[in-house]
Amino acid sequence: MKVAVEQDHLDQLENQSVYILREAYANFKNLAMLWSIGKDSTVLLWLARKAFFGHVPITLVHIDTSFKIPAMITYRDELARQWGLNMVYGQNKEALAKGETFPAGKLTRLQCCKALKTDALRNTLSGEWPRFRMNHKTGQYEVDSNREPYTGVIVGARADEEGSRSKERYFSPRDKNSEWDVGDQPPELWNQFKTDFAPGTHVRVHPLLDWTELNIWEYIQRENIPIIDLYFNKGDGKRYRSLGCYPCTNPVESEAHNVAEIVEELKTGKFANIAERSGRAQDKEDGGLETLRRDGYM
Amino acid sequence: MAAVQGRPRMDIVIVGHVDHGKSTVIGRLLADTGSLPDGKLEAIRAFCAANSRPFEYAFLLDALKDEQAQGITIDTARTFFKSGNRDYVIIDAPGHIEFLKNMVTGAARAEAAVLVIDAKEGIQENSKRHGYLLAMLGIRQIVVVVNKMDLVDYSRQAFEDIRDEYVAFLARIGATPRFFVPIAAFPGENMVKPSEKMPWYKGPDLLSAVDAFEKAPPKTGQPMRMPVQDVYKFTASGDDRRIVAGRVESGTLRVGDEVVFLPSGKKSKVRGIEGFNAPSRNEIHAGWSAGVTLETQVYLGRGELMAKVGEQLPEVSNRIRVNIFWMGKAALRMGRDYFLKLGSAKVPVRLHHINYLIDASESGRDHDPDRVERHDVADCILQLRKPIAFDLTSAIEATGRFVIVDQYEIAGGGIIREALAADDEKNADFGPSHQYLTQRNISFQKRTQLLGYSGAVAVFVGLNPAFREAVKILESRWLEKKIPAEPLGLVVSSEDGSTLQRSQQQSPELLHLLGMAAYHRADTGATVWLLLDELDKEDAQMLSDIINPIPILWVSDKPFEVSVSDERDKILVSSRTSSIELADKVDFSLAERIKPYPYDPLKPL
Repeated sequence: MKVAVEQDHLDQLENQSVYILREAYANFKNLAMLWSIGKDSTVLLWLARKAFFGHVPITLVHIDTSFKIPAMITYRDELARQWGLNMVYGQNKEALAKGETFPAGKLTRLQCCKALKTDALRNTLSGEWPRFRMNHKTGQYEVDSNREPYTGVIVGARADEEGSRSKERYFSPRDKNSEWDVGDQPPELWNQFKTDFAPGTHVRVHPLLDWTELNIWEYIQRENIPIIDLYFNKGDGKRYRSLGCYPCTNPVESEAHNVAEIVEELKTGKFANIAERSGRAQDKEDGGLETLRRDGYM
Repeated sequence: MAAVQGRPRMDIVIVGHVDHGKSTVIGRLLADTGSLPDGKLEAIRAFCAANSRPFEYAFLLDALKDEQAQGITIDTARTFFKSGNRDYVIIDAPGHIEFLKNMVTGAARAEAAVLVIDAKEGIQENSKRHGYLLAMLGIRQIVVVVNKMDLVDYSRQAFEDIRDEYVAFLARIGATPRFFVPIAAFPGENMVKPSEKMPWYKGPDLLSAVDAFEKAPPKTGQPMRMPVQDVYKFTASGDDRRIVAGRVESGTLRVGDEVVFLPSGKKSKVRGIEGFNAPSRNEIHAGWSAGVTLETQVYLGRGELMAKVGEQLPEVSNRIRVNIFWMGKAALRMGRDYFLKLGSAKVPVRLHHINYLIDASESGRDHDPDRVERHDVADCILQLRKPIAFDLTSAIEATGRFVIVDQYEIAGGGIIREALAADDEKNADFGPSHQYLTQRNISFQKRTQLLGYSGAVAVFVGLNPAFREAVKILESRWLEKKIPAEPLGLVVSSEDGSTLQRSQQQSPELLHLLGMAAYHRADTGATVWLLLDELDKEDAQMLSDIINPIPILWVSDKPFEVSVSDERDKILVSSRTSSIELADKVDFSLAERIKPYPYDPLKPL
C-alpha cells in the first residue's frame, strides 16, 4: 500500500513526536518517561511504540501519591504486563507515613501536591529515594537497583493545557534543583534540540507540546489505543476529563460513552470552549500550576 | 469507527520590534475570530480593572506573572485560532533584542510570518534583523502589517513610505512579502474585515492575507535524504530486525532502492520499510519518520546521511562557507572549540575566517572583524574536524542548515552557502577524504588478491603493559620486512594541545572513529594493532561490524565476550606472559588465521 504524500494534522503531529522520542533515546543514556496513566501520557507511550517499532526501550516512571483513583493502578499494571514495560514507581513514603497530606487535613492542596508529586518526582528522578520496579516474573514491584539520576525525562505536557506549559521547549533544561528558568531558555530550531547539559542538571522532553486535547482524542480514536475507562460515562452521567488524585479531581457531567463521543463533545459540544483542567482543584489556589511547575512539577 | 475529520492547520509566527503591537495583533485576532475560551477575555478585563491598569490584548497572551510585571513577552507562546478555512497555531515571538533566541525559536517553527511595523515609529533596526532572520530561517511567505494606522490618521502616504522602504530593503536579501496590510489592531481596523477608515486600500484584510498563505509543496520532487537517527535492534525482545531509523527530509524512498550512506560511502539496498500499527508500505515520502531494513549488514550510526544511488548526492567536506546568526552570550571566536549539529551529525568545529558581517553598519565593526558578537549575522568559513555530508541550503533546505553548540548551549544557527575543498592536511587523522570514500571501486577481496597478502586487525583489550611492548616489537619486526604496520590507540590531546595522553573514556563515538581508521588502514593491506583499555560486548560488536570483512584477532588478558566465527580468533593470555612471547604468539596466530599472510614468521629476518 502506498502512503499518502500529504500528511494530515495527526500524521504531522505523530511524525514530529516520533522524531523527538528517537532524538531523546539517542542522546540520553539514563532516560525515563513519566506515565501518569492519563490519556496524554498513554498516547505518549503509544508513540514510543511507534518510534521503536512496537518496543518501549525506555523506563516508565509513575509517581504514586497513593490517592490515585484505584482503577488507575490496576490499569497501569495490566498494561505494563501486557506490553512488557520497564515499569517503575516512586512515592513520598515519609509524608504518607506521617499523614502529612491534604486528605489527612494537615496540608493545603498545593502543599500536598508539592509533597506527594513534586518532591516525590524530584527525588525519584534523582535516585535519592528508592524506586520500585516491576518484576515481570512475579508481577510484583521490587526496589530498583538503578539509582542513577535520570538525565532525560520525557513528559506528556501539552502547550494548550495551561499558560505556563505554552512556554516550554521540546527539550527544556532543568537545573540541579529540578527548577525551570522560564526567562532563559535555550533556542530551538530546525529540530536541533538541547542535548548537551551540565552535570547535575537534566532535560525535560516534551513530544506532545503541539498536541491539543482534541488531537489526543482523535489520535486515540484513529489508533484504537486502549485508554482507561474513567474517561467514559458509564451510565451515571459523569466522566473524568482529566485524571488525578480522587480528593482533588472531580468528574464532569457528560454523556460521552466512548472515544468517538468524546471527540464530538470536544469539537462541537459543551466543552468546546472550556479549559480541560477546570476539574482540578489545586490549579485554583494562589499561584496554582505555574508555581508548581517552577519547582519541578510536570 | 467513523473517520476523524481533520481541519487543515498552519503554524504562523508574528514578529516585530518591541512595542510595535504584536501582542495586540494576536489578541485581537483571537477575539475577532471567536477563538478564545469562554470567559477568558472577561477575566483579563476584570484583572486589569482590579489592578487599575488599562485593558490590553497583550495580557491575554501573558500567561505568566513575571511577564505581566515586566510588560514584555519573553517567550514564544503558542495560541490557537480558527478562520473559516483552517486552524492556526500562532507562535508569538518576542521583539525585544534580549530575547532574540526566543524569536528565532518561534520563527523557525513557522510556515509563514506576519511582521509588524509601527506606522508612527517606522522601520527599526530590529525590523530589519527580523527580515534577515525570517529569510535565513527559510520562511518564504511573509505578510508585513503596518500597525497603529490610527496614530497617523490612517494616512496613505505614511503607509506607502514604509512599504516602499521595506520592499527595497527586503529585495537586498532576496525576499518578497506577499502583502503589505495597513491595520490598527487595537480598534480592530482591517483585521478580519475591510476597514472603512482606509478606503484607499484595496488589498486583503489581515485575516484574508493570512488565509492566502499556501502550504509548502511536499518535498518529494527533491533528491532523497534521510539522516540516520539511530539503528535499532531489539534482540532481547525477540525482534531480529536491524532497523535504520530516521525521518525522510526530502524525496521518496522505495523498497529496492540502492542507497549510499555519506560520509562513509557505504552502500546497500532497501529491503523493507518498517512500521508499527500501520499498513505495510513500499514507499515513504518527505516528512515521514521512517525505519528501513537493508539487504546487507553495514555498520551505521548517527551522522550518516542516506541518499539514493542515481540521484544527486550530498556534498561531503570539512570546510564550508556559511551564513550564521549568533545568539550566544560569549562571542563566536577563532581558536575556540565548538560543535556543529546538522541532521544527526555532531562534529567538532572551529571558526576559520569571517568574510564579513551582514548589515553591521550600525555597529561600526565592519573592518576585519575577528569575532561574531551576540545578535550579529555573519558570512564566514567553518573548519570541521572531520567531513560531514550536507547540501547547500539553496538545493535542499533541511540538510543545508545547522546549529553551533558552545559548551552546553545552542549558541548559533546557520545555512550552508558553499562547500569548499576539503582540507585533508588538518584532518588526516580523522579518516580518509570524500574522494577516497566515494571513488574506491575495488573490494577488499580483490585488493588482497592483487596485493598478494591480506591486511588484518589485532585488538588488544586490557591494561597489561606487555601489550604495548609487544606492539612495539611487532611494529618494528614488520616494518623491517617492508610490510605496512600501524599501532592505533585512543589518545586525547591535553588542554594546550602540546602532549598526548591515553583517553580515559572510550565513548562509542571515539571507538567508531578508531574502528574506521583501523578499517581503512587494513583495507589498504596494513596490519593494524589496536590498543584498548577495556571493551564491552556491544562495543566489541560495533568494532567487529565496522572492520568486517577484514580479519580480526582479539587479544585479552581477561575472559571477554565477543562473538567470533572461529574460537581461534580469540587469544587469552596470562598476565605473566612476556612481551616477546606475546608478540610471537600474536604473529603466529595471525599467520595461521590470515591467508595469504605477508610473510613467514618462522623465517628469520
